[in-house]
Amino acid sequence: MTESISASRFGESLTVSGLRVVARPYRGAPETPIVDDITFSLPAGEVLALIGETGSGKSTIALALMGHARRGCRLADGRIMLGEISVLEASERTLRGLRGDRIAYIAQSATAAFNPAKTLMAQVIEGVVIHGQMSRSKARDKARALFAELMLPDPEHIGDRYPHEVSGGQLQRAMAAMALISDPALIILDEPTTALDVTTQIEVLQTFKRVVRERGATAVYVSHDLAVVAQVADHVLVLNQGRVCELATVDQIIHAPADDYTRRLMEAARPTTDKPADRDTTDSASHGEELLRIDHLHVGYGPLGEDGRPAHTVLENLSLQLNTGRALGVIGESGSGKSTMAHAIAGLVPPHNGGVSFKRRELPYALSGRDQQQFRDIQMVFQSADNALNAAHSVRRILERPLQRYFDYTRDERHARVRELLDLVHLPSRVLSVRPGALSGGQKQRVNLARALAAEPSLIICDEVTSALDTVVSEAILNLLNDLRRELGVAYLFISHDISTVRRVCDDLMVLRAGRCVEYGACPTTIDAPQHAYTRQLIASIPELRTDWLDRQDFSSG
Amino acid sequence: MSTNNASSSRASDAPAFPPWRSRLAHTPAKLWVGLSLFGFWLFIAVFGAWLAPHGMGAMVSNQVFASPSLAFPLGTDHLGRDVLSRMLIATRYTVAMALAAAVLSSAIGATFGLTAALVPRFVDIGISQIMDALISIPSKMMALLIVAVFGSSIPLLIVAAVATYAPGAYRIARSLAMNQAAMEYVAIARCRGESRVHIALVELLPNIFGPVLTDMGMRFVFIVLLLSALSFLGLGIQPPIADLGSMVRENISGLNQGSLAVLAPAIGIGTLTVGANLLIDALSSKHDD
Repeated sequence: MTESISASRFGESLTVSGLRVVARPYRGAPETPIVDDITFSLPAGEVLALIGETGSGKSTIALALMGHARRGCRLADGRIMLGEISVLEASERTLRGLRGDRIAYIAQSATAAFNPAKTLMAQVIEGVVIHGQMSRSKARDKARALFAELMLPDPEHIGDRYPHEVSGGQLQRAMAAMALISDPALIILDEPTTALDVTTQIEVLQTFKRVVRERGATAVYVSHDLAVVAQVADHVLVLNQGRVCELATVDQIIHAPADDYTRRLMEAARPTTDKPADRDTTDSASHGEELLRIDHLHVGYGPLGEDGRPAHTVLENLSLQLNTGRALGVIGESGSGKSTMAHAIAGLVPPHNGGVSFKRRELPYALSGRDQQQFRDIQMVFQSADNALNAAHSVRRILERPLQRYFDYTRDERHARVRELLDLVHLPSRVLSVRPGALSGGQKQRVNLARALAAEPSLIICDEVTSALDTVVSEAILNLLNDLRRELGVAYLFISHDISTVRRVCDDLMVLRAGRCVEYGACPTTIDAPQHAYTRQLIASIPELRTDWLDRQDFSSG
Repeated sequence: MSTNNASSSRASDAPAFPPWRSRLAHTPAKLWVGLSLFGFWLFIAVFGAWLAPHGMGAMVSNQVFASPSLAFPLGTDHLGRDVLSRMLIATRYTVAMALAAAVLSSAIGATFGLTAALVPRFVDIGISQIMDALISIPSKMMALLIVAVFGSSIPLLIVAAVATYAPGAYRIARSLAMNQAAMEYVAIARCRGESRVHIALVELLPNIFGPVLTDMGMRFVFIVLLLSALSFLGLGIQPPIADLGSMVRENISGLNQGSLAVLAPAIGIGTLTVGANLLIDALSSKHDD
């Protein structure tokens, strides 16, 4: 059934020359280029990866390939040839015909791209039916064949389900089916696996790779993750601030990067097998005093049942101990309860059973029961720096608030302390007057950290602090966390889904799965010699910077 | 100037690009028309009484529904009073009452909205259901009822308008505040041990202020129309003072003569509300950018 489709090779060659996209930040401002002088050509049936940090212009190029510019931007110059068609000279009408038909786009978040009120099938075939390419029943048959090809479970009937009834990885594959159903000449994949867990990412990558190869599709793969790119691409285009840094084959980029910036990206992407430089200090710290102790913690939500337990359990029978100045990493996939654990300790979600003690004193479940000292001692840093900072307040105001609350500083002392905090997180003092919206992602996360440090806490709960950041930036934040621990002796409860970041920061490691602790031990030993099968699977799922890594993985995605 | 540059460079660099930016060009016209209409009426409301050549109740002509003349630019009304003078003074009541009622509605709405976002769920449900019950009463019926029971005076008219429009303002403010309250910076503030009052006023309020202000502008328009309608029915502001709505009612018999005495205040209400509407529209779309 799938043979007839796989046999057709439908990719077209893609040539881009001198592409320039400009933006006008506000009315009357001079236009500034976002990407400039982008030139590359891609033979039919090959895969090009666009790689770079946030703001390097990779999504802008991806959208330009469809003849689209975001609001406030303009396609200023250049040529884009897809086969015989010149995309930039095409009329709006021709472009509409191209998009979703000859050019397919797979976005980062499948959850946001699907309409929750319609079945998967209705949405997968919508494009081709509207474009009049095929009849509804023929489109359905083809969709089912594609579901099978993409290894979705029960391909005959999965189309009748709604988006919320399938998992994130399945939804991402259903979106690939939506893109492939029109046999596009060019497929654009914009960070298609970034939002997925590592174990899911590997399944999706494998299916994507196979489908793209078998069908001889021309594809442009946008990503910030070199290791992922190494698995799927033939060529790599490294972007830095809107300009081409390096364009080469994937092997060349990995083994002999010519450009300095590419080397820096590679450095950041390589899993650090060597231990962090400050690891030697941790032995003495292990004799530190008991700071946080959790005994048999149960957290859930929903009405309490007859046995006194809530309807849905999120965390079950969790115990841990964290000493002063130590760092405990908590790792698990989405839904494993790791954020709930952070919220329970912070007092945002009341546990229903179990003991929490802080500095050998009982820590009340609810915030209303805690005292000023406990508020000050436990600080949180969240993943999305964007909504963890009040957009209406200036950085100065954000940093001064904890100082006002916890300490009796005079105005001058407060100002001096704010400047000290900025120095600690390596921010220039000119950021004080601006609002968070004007800061970059990395700067916001530094402000976040500075606010937590302002309280002079003994424990900082870090919930996915580097997940939203680029590799180079998150590298800097991780170094900063290590330095701060050494200088200030603060303890971390470090929550992450990424083993390599946990390894960089933590002494101990706890692996959570479905609300239960499956493994708990010293960090290096646990990672090097995992005892539990799930830990082994987690570790094996992290993409490595080798082109053959994906092919050697033996996970049947079912 | 820079627009010229851009268009010329566009023309030389890439003549074939579609003109996709054209929708931006519509915003300023809306803003300027709205600003000048609303500004005009605001000016009249503040300074009109001093500009008026005659008193509000002065019968200055023995001719009723006189046509415009040099002495009476907008003619005279059904009692031979100067329409221009009366409008200059009446605008003050229309604008001031509506403005007071709109500000009060939004203030009450925002206060309860912020409260609902931060208190336990059953309190939120309690407040919301009372507000929903108020919303479900048809607005003119409620205003008529209040005026019929308690009589008509300026404070009472404002109370009637507030009772009608505060529940809607509450709904808007509550949903805005709920969205903000789910953000992590609020969780951080709670972990810092901040009081609810601090979270509401310092953390949440600045983030919902813009949309609440836009909503207040819309409520102003509705309230102008509500108060004018009440006046037209004779239940609004009572003689000897008059607002624009009661001027329309008094002079309705002049309609078949095409008298300006009835047309001018009607056009006044129209331009005031349209102006306010355009202004809000332009400002809120600017906000979105």
